[in-house]
Amino acid sequence: MSPPPKSGTDSPSIPFLKMEGISKQFALVKANDCANLDVNRGEIHALVGENGAGKSTLMRILYGLYRADSGRMYLDGDPVELRSPADAISLGIGMVHQHFMLVPPLSVTENVVLGSEPLRAGVVLDLKGAAERVKELSETFALAVDPDARVEELSVGAQQRVEIVKILFRGARLLILDEPTAVLTPQETESLFVILRRLKEQGKTIIFITHKLSEVMEISDSVTVMRHGKVVGDLKTAETNTEELATLMVGRKVLLEVEKGAPARGETVLELKDVHALGASKVPTLRGISLRVCSGEILGVAGVQGNGQTELVEVITGLRKPSSGSLRLLERDITGLSPREMLKLGVAHIPEDRLKRGLVPAFTVSENLILGSHFRPPFAGRLWLRREDIFENARSVLRRFDVRPQAPALPARSLSGGNQQKLIVGRELSRDPKLLVASQPTRGVDIGAIEFIHRNLIAQRDRGCAVLLVSADLSEILSLSDRIAVIYEGRIVGTVDSTQADEKKLGMMMMTGVLAKEDGNGAGES
Amino acid sequence: MDWMIVLAFISQMVRISVPYTLAAIGGTFSERGGVVNIALEGILLNGAFTCVLATHYTGNPWVGVLAAVAGGVATASVHAVVSITFKAEQIVSGLAINLLAMGATRFFLRIIFGSSSNSERIAGLPEWDVPVLGDIPVLSTIFSSPLILATIVIIFASQFVLFKTSFGLRLRSVGEHPEAADSLGVNVSRVRYAGVLLSGALAGLGGAWLAMDQHSFTDGMSSGRGYIALAAMIVGKWNPLGAAGACLMFGAAESLQMQLQGQDVPTQFIQMIPYVATVVVLAGFIGRSIPPAADGVPYEKERQ
Ligand SMILES: Nc1ncnc2c1ncn2[C@@H]1O[C@H](COP(=O)(O)OP(=O)(O)OP(=O)(O)O)[C@@H](O)[C@H]1O
Ligand SMILES: [Mg+2]
Repeated sequence: MSPPPKSGTDSPSIPFLKMEGISKQFALVKANDCANLDVNRGEIHALVGENGAGKSTLMRILYGLYRADSGRMYLDGDPVELRSPADAISLGIGMVHQHFMLVPPLSVTENVVLGSEPLRAGVVLDLKGAAERVKELSETFALAVDPDARVEELSVGAQQRVEIVKILFRGARLLILDEPTAVLTPQETESLFVILRRLKEQGKTIIFITHKLSEVMEISDSVTVMRHGKVVGDLKTAETNTEELATLMVGRKVLLEVEKGAPARGETVLELKDVHALGASKVPTLRGISLRVCSGEILGVAGVQGNGQTELVEVITGLRKPSSGSLRLLERDITGLSPREMLKLGVAHIPEDRLKRGLVPAFTVSENLILGSHFRPPFAGRLWLRREDIFENARSVLRRFDVRPQAPALPARSLSGGNQQKLIVGRELSRDPKLLVASQPTRGVDIGAIEFIHRNLIAQRDRGCAVLLVSADLSEILSLSDRIAVIYEGRIVGTVDSTQADEKKLGMMMMTGVLAKEDGNGAGES
Repeated sequence: MDWMIVLAFISQMVRISVPYTLAAIGGTFSERGGVVNIALEGILLNGAFTCVLATHYTGNPWVGVLAAVAGGVATASVHAVVSITFKAEQIVSGLAINLLAMGATRFFLRIIFGSSSNSERIAGLPEWDVPVLGDIPVLSTIFSSPLILATIVIIFASQFVLFKTSFGLRLRSVGEHPEAADSLGVNVSRVRYAGVLLSGALAGLGGAWLAMDQHSFTDGMSSGRGYIALAAMIVGKWNPLGAAGACLMFGAAESLQMQLQGQDVPTQFIQMIPYVATVVVLAGFIGRSIPPAADGVPYEKERQ
């Protein structure tokens, strides 16, 4: 074979991948509407757009999972037809899906070889040889995966690296990553970027979907913007900026910074005193948490993932029993109450994992919207659920929170990820809670929706609700919170006023668990 | 002599557990691929019937064994079409097949053999003369039976196929996470079909054992063995070796029941032994037995 042409002078006119006039109609929505996409060889190409814009659908068509209703695709100038992922794989296309496609009880190597199994003597799986190859790939691309580990025991970041190994094992030249950073901590995102740059150096072409425009600016060479199934922009990253991209995505100017007034702090709503609790693997994870949230304020909890944030939220919402310590809600002892009792007392919860704790994916949108209130009027009659009221409620929440499509009878799993999130936010906020516990409330949602959710969280605060915000996104914490508590190894190691906090100072506290003394004083005096 | 009794006990235990084992391993293949198969009961029955029928007409018991396997595969293919292609409720499909098998075998028994209870006597399989193993007293009856020897080979071969071949890997993955397998170009339906048909072949062979052991077909002769096999599959944690072990245990319980018969313990209690053993083991001893994640869930490609 002739050496692959180096990018640059020879054929800039023929893109490596060309998708032309792709359309795809689902039952209710036109997910892709005559979309065009050109990707050059050896570049990192970002694909952005609102939730439900059709990014995942377009990529699933490129990977052979869905068939387009119309349109053509060319790879290296040759027309290609994809009938199944097997066709895409043989052409060197690989995809890391928005929701991982790993078989949890199988080993890393088994997951990697599945579908393209190397054999010895024609029948026997050559797992040893494959494990060697996995190790090799892992070293070449700094992926750090252990071939013999079971996938269910790996962290999310590690699972994602397994997905990347899976693609490379099949010799992919074009890698599609569907919102890879949505589930990662900032640290994990940094190491993913190192990997992506290394892949690019080795001549791989990468399509990268994200909602975070700062990531687009940092890692990509060019950007395609989608809206309502159409491509509305095709730009060089160097020649654009976040404001322009945001405007293209949403079709109007977006406020990337939230505006909020000073908090009108009222009575104490939630108070935790020396709360201890065990984590998932029975080890003490909360080790003496004390904190207080007042009505009319947002308390942000910042910390490196895995320092007890998940358990803290579970204890406050009644999902996990504390082993000692006390919780008070509006002067009432609520230690050890069940989630339902908490709910009745006015605690609303936006959970961090929307598919596990937030929704029943097979239920319809309208059913999901009454979860937690399904047992009381107006939704429950004496014997039966009241369909009319349930639908009326769904219609009004969908309208108020701009969930698309506005179809109460659709199963929740058919919504795009971001719209599922808006559904949950809509349900929880429409309870008019006294305490709102919001855990990663904007995970996987587009900038328009982030703006919207942020505005709503602040509206709740101004209404007099106490808001506890847990987020891995430091800039989110900084822009929304009135006070920020830093959690470290199961304790709150310090609480600072958000006007006196910055990323550097918080970062130090999060990593070391100590309040930087001089800094604190300095800030206080100035 | 005491050890003769022990050997007789072992021999009986093994013979009882043969049909359980074949059906339980069959169930393992089906469920590892994500299809719940309670049709094992009907497959055993149909396998036994087609075995008797073919042997009766050809006079050749080997043809009978082949016919049993074919009958089992045919029955299982109904279950496969209903539950994989048409994505119907798998328990209902299995129950319907079991009821149908009961009725159909009874009907043809009457038409062909003119009896409502049993068929004419058929020729059994020839005994094999295996060196060394065949010289052990009493146990020689085990090692001279071609079907028992075949079962032993099947147990180990199944374990190998499930965990060391690419088919096994694909089968396990479509039972755990069909979307993942699909996204890697694995044809989910085809692999599931293979698992279900394989379970039909194995349980059909189990039916052949029932017929050959008794040299005839009797109405309803599977008598719940398919269900016990399902329990054994669960106790064995969806592993062929584990299933075989569980079946031996059930065989032991039944064998014990037979040995105790005629003693002065009330027979009702003795007859309970195998079932009590099942319940106790299922409830307490094995720890958590986790089914494949997508077991019983039809796979839909483009979900609307
Ligand atoms: N399998 C499906 N059945 C029906 N509708 C679907 C299906 N998949 C996607 N859709 C719809 O098609 C539209 C595009 O969805 P898609 O998942 O491509 O959006 P997206 O741009 O990836 O959004 P997000 O950023 O939220 O992931 C959405 O309105 C969605 O509800
Ligand atoms: Mg998507």
